[in-house]
Amino acid sequence: MSANLVLVAVVGVLFAAGVYLLLERSLTRVLIGVILIGNGVNTLFLVASGPAGRAPIVGLSDVDDMSDPLPQALVLTAIVITLGVTAFLLAMAYRAWQLNGHDDVQDDVEDAAIRRRAERDEVSSSYDDSAGGTMDEEGSDEAAETAGERR
Amino acid sequence: MNASALVPLPVVLPLFGAGLALALGRSARAQRVVSVVVLALVVVVAAVLLARADEHGPQVMHVGGWPAPIGISLVADRLSALMLLVSVVVALCVLVYSLSQGLVEYGPDTPLSIYHPTFLILVAGVANAFLSGDLFNLYVGFEILLAASYVLLTLGGTADRIRAGSTYVVVSLASSIVFLTALALVYAATGTVSLAQLAGRLDELPSGVSLMLQLMLLTAFAIKAAVFPLSAWLPDSYPTAPAPVTAVFAGLLTKVGVYAIIRTQTLLFPDSPLSDLLLWAALLTMVIGILGAVAQDDLKRMLSFTLVSHIGYMVFGVALASDDGLSGAIYYVVHHIVIQTNLFLVAGLIERRGGSTSLERLGGLARLSPALALLFFVPAMNLAGIPPFSGFLGKLGLMQAGVDDGGWLAYVLVAGSVVTSLLTLYAMAKAWNRAFWQPPAPAPDDAAGPRTDLHRKPVRTATPVNGRVATVALRAGMAGPAAVLLLVGVAMTVFAGPLFGLTDRAAADLRERTPYVEAVLPGGAP
Repeated sequence: MSANLVLVAVVGVLFAAGVYLLLERSLTRVLIGVILIGNGVNTLFLVASGPAGRAPIVGLSDVDDMSDPLPQALVLTAIVITLGVTAFLLAMAYRAWQLNGHDDVQDDVEDAAIRRRAERDEVSSSYDDSAGGTMDEEGSDEAAETAGERR
Repeated sequence: MNASALVPLPVVLPLFGAGLALALGRSARAQRVVSVVVLALVVVVAAVLLARADEHGPQVMHVGGWPAPIGISLVADRLSALMLLVSVVVALCVLVYSLSQGLVEYGPDTPLSIYHPTFLILVAGVANAFLSGDLFNLYVGFEILLAASYVLLTLGGTADRIRAGSTYVVVSLASSIVFLTALALVYAATGTVSLAQLAGRLDELPSGVSLMLQLMLLTAFAIKAAVFPLSAWLPDSYPTAPAPVTAVFAGLLTKVGVYAIIRTQTLLFPDSPLSDLLLWAALLTMVIGILGAVAQDDLKRMLSFTLVSHIGYMVFGVALASDDGLSGAIYYVVHHIVIQTNLFLVAGLIERRGGSTSLERLGGLARLSPALALLFFVPAMNLAGIPPFSGFLGKLGLMQAGVDDGGWLAYVLVAGSVVTSLLTLYAMAKAWNRAFWQPPAPAPDDAAGPRTDLHRKPVRTATPVNGRVATVALRAGMAGPAAVLLLVGVAMTVFAGPLFGLTDRAAADLRERTPYVEAVLPGGAP
């Protein structure tokens, strides 16, 4: 099978630009990235289908001259799916902008909370230091003292 | 009547029901009747399909009457019929649960009328993915269920859900793109997307090409199945959704990814050079997932991490690529669908009863509601793998398969799964102690620092008054489905023999490959 070099180059460029945009924080840019990659994949299907031929209708042309109809059917399906997803992402980006004034993908709040705690070296509320089960790095004396004071 | 005519019904019925429910959007009662009736019908169809597939081999339906390599075929073999049956039973339980919850918790602002059609479309997507005999149709199934899941996850469009939803949607899109690219490359390399035909043609490819195709497909499915290191999206996005939505996602969505991994690994790439890679991925998924669970102090987030962790067991079984390993993995998938959904439903009950899912605020639930304590305790111990529950049997099967494998890495995995099991027990015991046994928390401790609350939504739940939690009675409609799932989980212990027999036969079919291929292409592959 011979591949069309121009199409392959187009696929490469679309993917590169799409991946760059997909890594951005703003949902709108992510959306544009998705659309670019989506078109890249569709072009890739055209590469996969081989050289273009005549319309694949039995009786109009010889079987050997026909283009492969299956990838085109697949591409049509993929285009429809991309359309639906694009509509949803647009709505979500708009809603995020309504709520926050921007459409950036945000950090995980609980994760950030745990990180803050780790930085402040807080223990969790279930940790019972009077049990003396674990020693901290400075030795167990201090823990024993505080436990004694409490009693 | 020919049973293969039943094969498309699990896809068609929910889609039809979704349209009907959408048309009946004005009448909440009619919507409820439609969704429950449709799902109950699908349960019956799935049970018949499983019986037929077990007795007479894979049931095949060529859609539109076009034979296999040209048309799309839907195939129900033992694996897909079993997965389908368990998934639909779980979905039905979650639906009944949400019917009862919906009456209480959705305010007038929530677009309730969209919930039922979307839920049915989700089930249709899951069924399509399980039954698909065609790689592209599998992609379409994934997209159907993902599109439905986007809507369910961002239901109501509150700030929290939009935040969690944007991560989820972007990650899912990335995995879909990888899958679609892999599909284009598969077609370029082999000229077909029918799984049965691919099974023969991929063998003839140069090993480098087939390795690359395998890696791309595995990456796409591993994101969906939340296999480490592609799992970080899950614990962030699941907990903010309403309890029934989280439950159905936890039960079904990741398992569809696992199913796709099982199907492609056994049918398309049987002599995989990537077994070691998969074993490492399984080990890291198990251990890192459960360490994440231990660190959480919110019940729903903790359950999300155990979900990630236990995906590792299934990948372990698949990576062993032996009959016993696969059989154990299938049993574990079935067990985990039921138990994880059950636990998330109970987390929803705890949220209603105790007013929060934060372990810092809960307390004294065992005295307050012994029934709820029982509903949590049994599936929690089941998940941790305490004998005689099904979690123990599944883990035992996998460990035996690992020991039989005999490689040093397999032994490391066996050790890793024991450690994971113990840590799951620790996490579950921690949740039990703090939510059920310890005395109620004195008051919401707002001095603890700038803690953002996940559960800040207009939900009418119990509010702690003077250190005592005001009681909100459990509704039978909500506790009932959780109890049913608990019984299903126990039944998997009682009927473990027949069930393991079934998974053994399913695993043997998968390893042999010919039953599937011959059922789809009776005249041999062209």
